[in-house]
Amino acid sequence: MIFDAEVFQITVLSLQISALATGLSLFIGLPFGTLLALGKFPGRSFLLSMVNTGMGLPPVVVGLFVAMMLWRSGPMGDLKLIYTPTAIIIAQVIISFPVVTGLTAAALQALDPRLRLQLYGLGASRRQMIWMLWREARLPLLAALMAGFGSVISEVGASMMVGGNIRYQTRVLTTAIVLETGKGHFDIAIALGILLLVITFLVNWALTWIQQRGARR
Amino acid sequence: MNSLLDIHDLSVERGGKTVLTIDELSIEKGDVLAVVGPNGAGKSTLLLTLARLLRPKDGKISFNGGQAETESDTIYRRRIALVLQDPLLFDMSVFDNVASGLRFRGLEKRKIQPRVEMWLERLGILGLKNRRATELSGGEAQRVSLARALVLEPELLLLDEPFAALDPPTHKRLLAELTSLLDETLTTTVFITHDLNEAIQLGRRMAIILNGNLRKAGSPDEILNATNDPEIIAFTRQ
Repeated sequence: MIFDAEVFQITVLSLQISALATGLSLFIGLPFGTLLALGKFPGRSFLLSMVNTGMGLPPVVVGLFVAMMLWRSGPMGDLKLIYTPTAIIIAQVIISFPVVTGLTAAALQALDPRLRLQLYGLGASRRQMIWMLWREARLPLLAALMAGFGSVISEVGASMMVGGNIRYQTRVLTTAIVLETGKGHFDIAIALGILLLVITFLVNWALTWIQQRGARR
Repeated sequence: MNSLLDIHDLSVERGGKTVLTIDELSIEKGDVLAVVGPNGAGKSTLLLTLARLLRPKDGKISFNGGQAETESDTIYRRRIALVLQDPLLFDMSVFDNVASGLRFRGLEKRKIQPRVEMWLERLGILGLKNRRATELSGGEAQRVSLARALVLEPELLLLDEPFAALDPPTHKRLLAELTSLLDETLTTTVFITHDLNEAIQLGRRMAIILNGNLRKAGSPDEILNATNDPEIIAFTRQ
């Protein structure tokens, strides 16, 4: 099984799902984290606490929640998303969104607060000011992206519960490892585990390279 | 009338407490007003209010005969430039730092380069153009910070103790250079300092703020010699 088409398909699907989930988390988490870091509104501290709690959200609990929502008889059952890659993406976004949001807020709050005054004092609009703060915090923001990706590529509980581990449809590397281990095929499980580690390393290596290139600039 | 700024009955609150009151203050075009007072007197509050980074509770600030009253904060701030005590340079090259304000204003790329290089040269830092700004010494960083503001050729330059953190020789040299640059460019400037000697050297006019209240404004001679206010006398003789 190791070098065959099925492994290739599982690997590509794993990468597609996790990349899309991380991208969506970034798309929502970056502005939301920025709002939590820079905004002044009632309930801000409460929301920040919620996000920080969400950073440790157990994937199986997320899986249970998403499964209940998407179940045929559930409130969103008509969408027929249970046991599809989309269901896994939804669960993974819920897992990684708080990670990206929380680390974005922390990265921006670590910047000198006078930097905002200085940017406005040079004529920056609000949008330009935020863009410059993101730029200044690019190293910890890339770390947030890596943490977000790490939280979903390695996740198994939610993918299993809402994806169902269906061959050629929703089987990803982590669920395949669980399956092969259950069947006693330790050699295949170990090979898939190594493959998962290598992919995770390569993605993080690329992001670290971008991050450190930014650090030297 | 040739005044750029007219302030009337200004009152600014921070944290529910009134921290600055000014009955009346005018700044003429091309003037350099040194606002002097002890630490915590309300000088920086004045500067942030002039930059529309703080909203006054009461009073009126009229810019160029009321020209900027209906402008958004961003449009207004593109008429001014602010330099704070710490240079707060961005983590990019010296050139990009100095070009940042021009880029915010959407100036064309081909116009940015000669203008930035001209100001880098005037501040004696053209050789640092490609250096990363976070690797500069304190004096170099403050020169970049000044260039970043002066390149905008602002109608009003706001300086908040820009030399306070520098060593005495660098402080002296930069103050002298800034004095001659402001004489040359006739940039209307509000310069905040707690150092009376610095205020006398740079300011063509001076204003004294004590305990959150503008006590007196006038020429350095009027401030230093023609006052009966015991608190001003006590401050100027410290």
